[in-house]
Amino acid sequence: MTYIAKPKFSHPGLPRNELGFTHRDYEGKISTLCAGCGHDSITASIIEACFELSIEPHRVAKISGIGCSSKTPDYFLGNSHGFNSVHGRMPSVLTGANLANRDLIYLGVSGDGDSASIGFGQFAHSIRRGVNMTYIVENNGVYGLTKGQFSATADRGSKSKKGVTNTDNAIDLVAIALQLGATFVARSFSGDKSQLVPLIAAAIEHKGAAFIDVISPCIAFNNHSGSTKSFDYVREHNDAVNRLDVITGRDPITVDYAPGTVQVVEQHDGTRLALRKIDADYDVHDRLAAMTFLQKHAAKGQIVTGLLHIDPEANDLHDRLDTVATPLNRLDEAALCPGSAALDKINASLR
Amino acid sequence: MKPTDISAPDYFHKVVDCQWACPAHTPVPEYIRLIAEGRYSDAYMINWKSNVFPGILGRTCDRPCEPACRRGRVEETPVAICRLKRVAADFKDDVKHRMPRPLAKNGKRIAIVGGGPASLTVARDLAPLGYHCTVFDSDPKAGGMMRTQIPKFRLPDSVIDEETDYILNLGIEFRGGHRIDSLKKLLAENYDAIFVGSGAPRGRELDIPGRKEAAANVHIGIEWLASVSFEHVSKIGRRVIVLGGGNTAMDCCRTARRLGGEDVKVIVRSGFEEMKASPWEKEDALHEDIPILNFMVPVAFTHDGGKLTGVTFQKVKAEYDAKGRRNLVPSGEPDQTIPCDDVLVAVGQENAFPWIERDCGIEFDKWNMPQVDPTTFGSTNPKVFFGGDAAFGPKNIIWAVAHGHDAALSIHKLLSGEDITERPLPEVHVSSQKMGIHEWSYDNDVSGDKRYKVPHRDKVIALKDIRTEVELGYDVKLALGEAQRCLNCDIQTVFSAPACIECDACVDICPMDCITFTENGEEADLRERLKAPSPHHDQALYVADGLKTGRVMVKDEDVCLHCGLCAERCPTGAWDMQKYLIDMTHAGSTCQSKARSAA
Repeated sequence: MTYIAKPKFSHPGLPRNELGFTHRDYEGKISTLCAGCGHDSITASIIEACFELSIEPHRVAKISGIGCSSKTPDYFLGNSHGFNSVHGRMPSVLTGANLANRDLIYLGVSGDGDSASIGFGQFAHSIRRGVNMTYIVENNGVYGLTKGQFSATADRGSKSKKGVTNTDNAIDLVAIALQLGATFVARSFSGDKSQLVPLIAAAIEHKGAAFIDVISPCIAFNNHSGSTKSFDYVREHNDAVNRLDVITGRDPITVDYAPGTVQVVEQHDGTRLALRKIDADYDVHDRLAAMTFLQKHAAKGQIVTGLLHIDPEANDLHDRLDTVATPLNRLDEAALCPGSAALDKINASLR
Repeated sequence: MKPTDISAPDYFHKVVDCQWACPAHTPVPEYIRLIAEGRYSDAYMINWKSNVFPGILGRTCDRPCEPACRRGRVEETPVAICRLKRVAADFKDDVKHRMPRPLAKNGKRIAIVGGGPASLTVARDLAPLGYHCTVFDSDPKAGGMMRTQIPKFRLPDSVIDEETDYILNLGIEFRGGHRIDSLKKLLAENYDAIFVGSGAPRGRELDIPGRKEAAANVHIGIEWLASVSFEHVSKIGRRVIVLGGGNTAMDCCRTARRLGGEDVKVIVRSGFEEMKASPWEKEDALHEDIPILNFMVPVAFTHDGGKLTGVTFQKVKAEYDAKGRRNLVPSGEPDQTIPCDDVLVAVGQENAFPWIERDCGIEFDKWNMPQVDPTTFGSTNPKVFFGGDAAFGPKNIIWAVAHGHDAALSIHKLLSGEDITERPLPEVHVSSQKMGIHEWSYDNDVSGDKRYKVPHRDKVIALKDIRTEVELGYDVKLALGEAQRCLNCDIQTVFSAPACIECDACVDICPMDCITFTENGEEADLRERLKAPSPHHDQALYVADGLKTGRVMVKDEDVCLHCGLCAERCPTGAWDMQKYLIDMTHAGSTCQSKARSAA
């Protein structure tokens, strides 16, 4: 952490987005995490993605649980809505908020402890229900706040800073999310913003449960040899299946791609994702193949990154429940309380 | 790009924009920090070593440092460096005991012609080494143009006396009222070396019809200012026209306002923006109700019965040719005659060397200027050196001081039997400022304050007395506020690639988006790929290779705030904040000739 506030001055030539904001306008308070924490790079990537999408900060609700990762919403989007909830309960709070006001953009920020241990069930159910959200797990494989015990995502056989070997099997949140029907699933690395920023942008634009597992080295407790979540290890074993460019509505595709290397995926809202394939055989639409691909590569010790699965025609919880299109806070009294005649009708239908 | 060689003394020097721009390379951020700490005497002595006349320059300097100041690229206005210098002079304690104690005389004698800033700098640098310096000046007191041409309401005599005395008290023989009218004669007196710092003493004439007839009321600016300074002149007509757009014109018009000029105008050939006068001096003139009329070329003095009645002007406009050169062409409007009682001509200064015989070994060029080496300041006569306005025509005090230092070094080398063309490189110190995990020995919290205005005396009072100083200078509180605006550009960001784990922490925290990790490339290509635009190509890119991923670290020095956040956020100490101090080589510097390469 740092003692001084980040100076207000910014580079005079910074680009501005459609709203006239620079990326500095999407910052929050200065980070109090350890110097070099991967989470700070994810924070910077969220800032960059929101800047690029010209999102109005007051249209975002950022919700988190407990842990180093769950502190980070304080460090981005200082003018957005925020809720720092109970340990592992971010998905429930987010689901509730989403049901009450479907017009906001929901950003759930969690960690491997928050989502793979205490909140594992919460994570599973929010994905299963198809809540329209961007669920980011800042995954460092270690409990940093309590000085470096293995978390549930630490790979079996990896070593702690003190040299202890992990004997438990790891939970692969990406595999679980795929299995539970998430309609946008990606994995990335905090040290690779060129991959991460477009993934976050695409996830925000995705309608439905979008899940991103971001491997984020813990500088203090999990960046040694023997760790499988260190900068060096992830850089050596990173196996990216594709690279993504997000093309929002009106812009034509101007980038020249070699034929056959790009697949354009159009989402509900008109955003198009240009997927630059690295692995030519990988099909992002095939959930089953993705799961197999993931397992095979994991067995070889490779970390598969990129956009792993997308269902561009996904629906969300509101569609499934057939809820009213207007956020609850904008319904008037007549709509919210239709009167005793309406109640009698409902009761009668249940007799 | 090749990795940056940060051990080259010039690399970090250029990052300290103000110091690099200062002809005497005054370590500006270093003394500004001392001012912020209230260590005014220390701040003064740092200045004194570099620029010899802190109190004088703190009031009158042309401030090449301020347009260069990084703060001016970060927000609207640079740090008020010049007026902070004055603060050091105003609030210091007695510093007499801190002045050098001259060594025993070494028997070598040096004649110094002229008692202005260049000459006094030479004397100051050489006297402590044991040289016997004799300074000749036609005026009774030392100071040269600082005393004669700068009005007292800008620079009081007491300040000149104090700072010339510090030098004269180093055992220098000052011969006031002694004009040198023959170099030959002086050479015959067998001095070991002669320094000519006689300035550019002649005001340029304006030879247009009516000049002779109206002579009684047409005055040459610098001569008139000198007469005012020596109290030979104490009044002027009610309506005064000042011709010329330089700083001398500004001094003339403001002086005229104090000697009875009620309707004083400055009239210039060029446009207002292109005037040579410093913007702040123009501002001060306008503030004293002196209009500045532009695009008017004087064509005749009108007169009646031997008395000046006015000046006739042709109206012109600026036209630019294909090469962008400006030409003033008649605008076609009718000429205008402006009535007046007196005219002050301030259209430039010229050198004059009638006292240098053309057969004493000194070659002159086609402009009738002596041939002077721009590094050694030597002439074609190995014993004779030039500096200040006498060397390359009119500049300003700080340039004269810089010339003086270099000439003194040459004289010292010459008289030590060394090659004067071999110029020893400056000594450079670079040291970490880290005091604790997030503690630095400098205040890295960047102040967002706007430039503080220097308080001025009330105009009504100021215009009444020609000796009443207009600027009051900062008080301690204002000085502290202004000092905090300094970005500490001498505290350098030093990067060590082997320690870097490429975690991006520095990239993410940098408030100015200075840092980029990317594939290497040619400079033009790299500048296109930086995190933020890079419009100032004169500002260096700091490139470091040797990273694990094979990329390079590129830092654009342009708008770095030197806040140290990159170093605070770096988990491995790959970034460090290190203070860069450069000791310019003066006569008598310890390392005479170190074999090192400059950038």
